[in-house]
Amino acid sequence: MLEVKDLHVAYGRARVLFGVDLQAPPGSLVCLMGRNGVGKTTLLKAVMGVLPARQGTVLFDGRDITRAHVHARVRAGLGYVPQGHETFPQLTVAENLQVARESTPKARPGTLDEALDLFPALRGLLKRRAGFLSGGQQQQLAIARALVTEPRMLLLDEPTEGIQPSIVQEIEAAIRQLHATGLTILLVEQYLELALRLADHFVILDAGEVVRAGAATELHNDEGVRRLLAV
Amino acid sequence: MGTLNQLVIGASIGAVLLLAALGLTFTFGQMGVINMAHGEFIMAGAYTAYVLQPLAGDQAVLVALPVAFAVGGVLGLILERLIIRRFYGRPLDTLLLTFGISLILQQAARDIFGAPNVQVDAPGWLTGGVDLAGVRIAYNRLFILVLAIGCVVAISLYLSKLRQGRRMRAVMQNRQLAAVSGVATGRVDQATFFIGSGLAGVAGVALTLIGPVGPTFGTAYIVDAFLVVVAGGLGQLKGAVIAAFVLGVLNSFVEFWTANGASFAKVVVFAVIIAFLQVRPQGMFVLKSRALT
Ligand SMILES: Nc1ncnc2c1ncn2[C@@H]1O[C@H](COP(=O)(O)OP(=O)(O)O)[C@@H](O)[C@H]1O
Ligand SMILES: [Mg+2]
Repeated sequence: MLEVKDLHVAYGRARVLFGVDLQAPPGSLVCLMGRNGVGKTTLLKAVMGVLPARQGTVLFDGRDITRAHVHARVRAGLGYVPQGHETFPQLTVAENLQVARESTPKARPGTLDEALDLFPALRGLLKRRAGFLSGGQQQQLAIARALVTEPRMLLLDEPTEGIQPSIVQEIEAAIRQLHATGLTILLVEQYLELALRLADHFVILDAGEVVRAGAATELHNDEGVRRLLAV
Repeated sequence: MGTLNQLVIGASIGAVLLLAALGLTFTFGQMGVINMAHGEFIMAGAYTAYVLQPLAGDQAVLVALPVAFAVGGVLGLILERLIIRRFYGRPLDTLLLTFGISLILQQAARDIFGAPNVQVDAPGWLTGGVDLAGVRIAYNRLFILVLAIGCVVAISLYLSKLRQGRRMRAVMQNRQLAAVSGVATGRVDQATFFIGSGLAGVAGVALTLIGPVGPTFGTAYIVDAFLVVVAGGLGQLKGAVIAAFVLGVLNSFVEFWTANGASFAKVVVFAVIIAFLQVRPQGMFVLKSRALT
């Protein structure tokens, strides 16, 4: 479904990714891991087109989207939840969802309800400004916002980082449920135990390069992996 | 009587300031673009009324309002497409370039309409005034006040009720998040610039009711207009409304108390604003939220 080949990305002169290869087959849940600053967020941004690729290609459903506009990638079926539970702070929860929904011209009528079913707590907060939600609620809103664009693949950047434990459980359950419905997911997750519970494939980045990749079962009790993740 | 009179005058100065500043709450307040040519869009709106005067007679002002909106909007759109778009995130370059554009537009006006000021005659139905509690309020001032209020209402409805307005607010609050939510942000920027510049054109028409029009007509308002937007809190419509009227009233009282007249009043008002921004650099109103710490 998603295929990244030989991707190079830089911020000005500072090169961050050096020829990254990554594949996410349809229906898979790939966990992208690695220490802070190795380039996980940068990789997701380049897949979404928020950052330009210096070299390499990004294929989605076999289509080359390396040069496509960000919004065109969203319409093609890529959903993205950026790191740090981002919202439109001055818009209400309902408006946050509407903005994303209205930009998906052929959206099914039930999408909004399905997203809210996943996080029922949001239903009681629809009129609240997003900036006034707790971090955990903002993260739930952020995921729901991505879902109403009806993605066929979802990129999640550390969705549980700095979130209160009760909501981490809800988010984990939501990811599991989305995966069960056949959604392809690329998840950045620092917490190895959570990754092991959810993922079927893994990719480990170090200093802007893929150093390990494979089936999730290979991750158990692998000392080398624990060293790469510094856990 | 003296106080009420000054209040009325202040409100009408405030309405003028507000009209001149409304467009900037979009382009400067929301997009962060310092467009020095905004004043020349006001000037273009004023000349639009001048051109339409022989054609539309007593209705010229009313006909000119939508036409000037389109004229200002198209000028803004061209500027955005040709120049500003290439310099987002580079405020100093934008400032210098648009300053150059403003000089070019002034020269163009000089070439087309001549250097001397021209007069747009107030229509018959706007001459005279109404007596209110012993204070005489001129109809043209009242018209400007009503127009300013009408524009504010229209803008706030657009921003809160229409999907285009919602999309615009989303882009201004978090451009990258809007893009990854599927919003074509470049298109939204164009719409924002069109509306902001169109409002400058509308302001220009209104300003012909209180004075003559010349090529440098816009420069008289541009600094005050930027001040209103800064003092009101960038992009905050409510803040801009309050700032405009506070400045207008302040101006009229200082002018009244100090017989020295307008230029001294301006100095005092500037000083008050600078002192105010020292205490509250974020303006009168701030976006309050946990996400913006
Ligand atoms: N906007 C930026 N400008 C310059 N360098 C950046 C920027 N964002 C991230 N970096 C650098 O890129 C590298 C990778 O960052 P990032 O992709 O955020 O890592 P991760 O998500 O794996 O923690 C880091 O060294 C970081 O300092
Ligand atoms: Mg990161």
